[in-house]
Amino acid sequence: MKIFEMNKSDAILFLCFSAAILAGPILLTPIGAGYPDLLQKFAIFGIFALGFNILFGLTGYLSFGHAAFLGVGSYTAVWTFKLLSMNPIPAIILATVVGGLFAAAIGFVSLRRSGIYFSILTLAFAQMSYNLAYSVLTPITNGETGLQLAQSDPRVLDAAFGRDYGAVLPSPDFFGISMSGYPGFYFCAIMLIICFFISMRIFRSPFGLMLRAVKSNQNRMNYTGLNTRPYAQAAFVISGMFAGLAGGLMAVTDPLAGAERMQWTASGEIVLMTILGGSGTLLGPVIGAGAIKYFENIFSAFNEGILMNAFSFLPESLQHLAVGITSLFVGEGWHLTLGALFMLIVIFLPGGLMEGFNRIRNRFLKRSGDGSGGTADTVPAAAE
Amino acid sequence: MSKLHTSRRGLLKGSAAAGIALATPTIFTSRAWSAGYTNEPTGGTVTLGFNVPQTGAYADEGADELRAYELAVEHINGEGDGGMLNTFSSKALKGDGVNGKKVVFVTGDTQTKSDAARASAKRMIEKDGAIMITGGSSSGVAIAVQGLCQDAGVIFMAGLTHSNDTTGKDKRANGFRHFFNTEMSGAALGPVLKNAFGSERSAYHLTADYTWGWSQEGSIKKYTEELGWKTAAAVRTPLGAGDFSQYITPVLNSGADVLVLNHYGRDMVNSLTQAVQFGLRDKQVNGKDFAIVVPLYSRLMAQGAGENVKGIFGSTNWHWSLQDEGSKAFVKSFGTKYGFPPSQAAHTTYCQALLYADACQRAGTFMPSGVGKALEGFKFDGLGNGPTEYRADDHQCFKDVLVVKGKENPTSKFDVLEVVEVTPRAQVEYPASLLGGELGPYNDGA
Amino acid sequence: MDAILLQILNGLDKGGAYALIALGLTVIFGTLGVVNFAHGALFMLGAFCAVAVKAFLGFEKVTLDPENLTAWGTASEIRQPYIESWFGEFGTTLLNYSVPVSILITIPVMLLIGIVMERGLIRYFYKRPHAEQILVTFGLAIVAQEIVKSAFGANPIPQPAPDAARGMIDFGVAIGFEAGNVVYPAWRLIYFLFSTAIIAAVFAFLQFTTFGMVVRAGMVDRETVGLLGIDIDRRFTIVFGMAAVVAGLAGAMYTPILSPDYHMGMDFLVLSFVVVVVGGMGSLGGAVAAGFMLGILQSFASMNEVKNILPGIDQIIIYLIAVIILLVRPRGLMGRKGQMEH
Repeated sequence: MKIFEMNKSDAILFLCFSAAILAGPILLTPIGAGYPDLLQKFAIFGIFALGFNILFGLTGYLSFGHAAFLGVGSYTAVWTFKLLSMNPIPAIILATVVGGLFAAAIGFVSLRRSGIYFSILTLAFAQMSYNLAYSVLTPITNGETGLQLAQSDPRVLDAAFGRDYGAVLPSPDFFGISMSGYPGFYFCAIMLIICFFISMRIFRSPFGLMLRAVKSNQNRMNYTGLNTRPYAQAAFVISGMFAGLAGGLMAVTDPLAGAERMQWTASGEIVLMTILGGSGTLLGPVIGAGAIKYFENIFSAFNEGILMNAFSFLPESLQHLAVGITSLFVGEGWHLTLGALFMLIVIFLPGGLMEGFNRIRNRFLKRSGDGSGGTADTVPAAAE
Repeated sequence: MSKLHTSRRGLLKGSAAAGIALATPTIFTSRAWSAGYTNEPTGGTVTLGFNVPQTGAYADEGADELRAYELAVEHINGEGDGGMLNTFSSKALKGDGVNGKKVVFVTGDTQTKSDAARASAKRMIEKDGAIMITGGSSSGVAIAVQGLCQDAGVIFMAGLTHSNDTTGKDKRANGFRHFFNTEMSGAALGPVLKNAFGSERSAYHLTADYTWGWSQEGSIKKYTEELGWKTAAAVRTPLGAGDFSQYITPVLNSGADVLVLNHYGRDMVNSLTQAVQFGLRDKQVNGKDFAIVVPLYSRLMAQGAGENVKGIFGSTNWHWSLQDEGSKAFVKSFGTKYGFPPSQAAHTTYCQALLYADACQRAGTFMPSGVGKALEGFKFDGLGNGPTEYRADDHQCFKDVLVVKGKENPTSKFDVLEVVEVTPRAQVEYPASLLGGELGPYNDGA
Repeated sequence: MDAILLQILNGLDKGGAYALIALGLTVIFGTLGVVNFAHGALFMLGAFCAVAVKAFLGFEKVTLDPENLTAWGTASEIRQPYIESWFGEFGTTLLNYSVPVSILITIPVMLLIGIVMERGLIRYFYKRPHAEQILVTFGLAIVAQEIVKSAFGANPIPQPAPDAARGMIDFGVAIGFEAGNVVYPAWRLIYFLFSTAIIAAVFAFLQFTTFGMVVRAGMVDRETVGLLGIDIDRRFTIVFGMAAVVAGLAGAMYTPILSPDYHMGMDFLVLSFVVVVVGGMGSLGGAVAAGFMLGILQSFASMNEVKNILPGIDQIIIYLIAVIILLVRPRGLMGRKGQMEH
């Protein structure tokens, strides 16, 4: 089949990516990230970032409201669990579809404008969704508490197939395999690999080329008599579907949907993930998502006791000094590290983390290759 | 520099072992899944998970909770002066840890967001092997984490959460709450308000537009209307509105003579400051002095409102000026270590840690169902709230409720509230069926 | 009628704050082409200038009183501000007026912060894509926030207005209402007048001085102005410093209305962007008009009469208006073509 054809370097990239993701539990254990919940978050936010990158990285449209699609996906998935079945398949299909529909509606309006006007339109829609979900729409969203499963939910499909969960609160399972812990991670990981594949195909397709053209000069495109809006709209819907899927997966691994998932800070986070990793690159957004989630979960957990231990090789006075300084950056100070990281990355690596990798690779290749030693590295498609 | 003071030594001792545990990859040991129940401790230590807000608007409250936890761990392990262990009516804990194991702990940041709080709790359970999760500063987070602990099969000891739902509609067998709720606040405040302001009053509610706010508004309405008050209006305000002037000006000429602010945290600080700025505290309506009521007070937050709290009534779970032996022992212990008195958040989390440890000791196990059974119907005294009972029907503590008032002449910046009345437990008790919900069975996990 | 008048006053007050923050944001954008996500942090830093001034003035002499013990058994502390023991009555007055006094400190401090920020960081980002400007300024905002948190804690800090401005002014009597019907807090009226004065000053400066003329020319066509041999960069540095001062003053004077905490900048950040965009990116008049308009509409939407018809409207009104305006007027109220559209 033509769709599965790819050139050699892409095939290698795809295989390496898949292998790295599937080996995540072993590879990430030495840095303290090898436990199911964080691995699931890596995969889920990886999908979210991949989708965001199709819009932002390719077309340059900077959406500040993508968290709304994630939130809608989560609500859809939890409602699917409640009404239809605890099997994750219907949940993620519906989450993807509803995320896409929601994106189609918002995109249809927002894409009438470009630049920051577009950003503010998407932000406005997302903030309205968040504010309403938190308050007035509580009957649907369960407001602040978040939508949860209940033992008394109807679960029509499960009932039709004679599945009875007894007196306990059910949790999502894939034909008997519980979706928490490592099985949940592998479920998300496979989704991530599929999404990576799709995203790769889009990058290499004529459609992807068209999207890049939208970014480089929309006016010129319009002068050629070509209407670029349908392309941007398609990219917007695709990225909304990715976000919906990510939201659905969040509910699959942890069946709860809260409104704060849609807040502007959450939308901002995905923008930061993408730029941090390197927007417009295939791998960058996934790496950026991983980096931010790692800081949020691991750096915030270091307390002074752990630091004291880490610096125990120092003499006592130095130990206290070292702990005093480092504790500003970890534990309750983890935000500071994150802020400083953003600044350092963007100052020294304008193309995000991916540029860092490319520079290292280029240096390595050059040393073994022509040895010209120049520093004029090409910057991978910088973001706008 | 209270912050440096906070943790250095206590944490060093407390979590040294946990630090080592952090470094061990659990995937190979697979501790979480092989034992008889989730995270059954097998070595010489038992790990507790302290999940508190470290960033965001409630970071100071979270820091105070963490201080209290460290103190509790010290006392359980037999270090320090023993604090409320000396006054606690149950003498099961001997100051040598719990069930012969030394208590260590891990910490995490809830960010006062459900998702972040659950992620942090999951890390503690899946990676660090925590056997119990405790802490938090809002009901949304408490309910979210409680649900998670039920699924994972560990005990959840709620921190500061005031919504009825935590032990009502959304109660879970594995979850326990020491803090009081909006129903009790209403029942305790009603009679005091009647004594202070009479029964011919018309109240105007400003309510934070989310579940806790509605719950608070509902119970204050219920109990004041029973006493003959009228409700002039109940207006919902967006969470984090900042400037509340557009909600306050309609109060001025509404004919109402009481303003009830169903707000907590920053919303409370801002709406109260602004209500006073609009002259409501000094106003006269219908020949009566206008009154402002803040149903849920927090001393930490009251400090943020400064002088504006003077004379304003509210309720609180505990206050450091109480003179019973338990409170005195706790304030002494906390004050000596940190140099300032503990908040109600610190008190409730300290109690929760002690109550959990004591229940494990009495049950002789850490298995959630065993610990739960030991907590159910447990009657105790000496923890600062008088005789208290963990009701078996809904895992809610029943105890006296404090009605407080902003102090007119504070002697220090911590001395902002004075206790007006201690409403006896019998008056705030309600049948468990009132709030609905199902506990369901205990989950011991894998 | 009096209810509506009060809501208009509320709206003007809020609008004053919105307009002041938006003004700086839009000037920075118009002159430097930089999307400054640290602008909310500048507002917050201004507010904490006021907090710091009060803390400094109120620096207390602590004497221990061994007769009186605290609840945990140490000697209790008697605190008296040095300023009172040194200057007596005058010291007390100074402490009471700490918020207005802090203006004197806020201006140089914020100017310095602004200039350092521009020279040290922002200028390297003039030619960089907007996304990178956002990332770097957002990172800077977080860093500023965390530094303030570690110095002042996370709780809100009470900042009372001076006693003289704490009362209510019967505003209605002046325009023919019955006494007692339209009364408004003095400090809020002061804030409104203060914000209009600052706005007027900024406009006058840009309109009537040579410096302002060059800056305005630079906003329209930076390259040509540069070719004329004018050192536009230095002027832009000063413009950035001024924008920081305006945001800082807005924050410092706002503290009696909103007890400051380290996070307040983020709350105003999104809002101020909406204001700027509704007004039209790079348009000064638009930013001011949009600020006041959104403030007043927000107040009206919060009235019970409106909320009864449209529940929850006060939660979304700002965003709803933004959407409507951007759909009707593609570049906001007064935006120019080509600004920030790519």
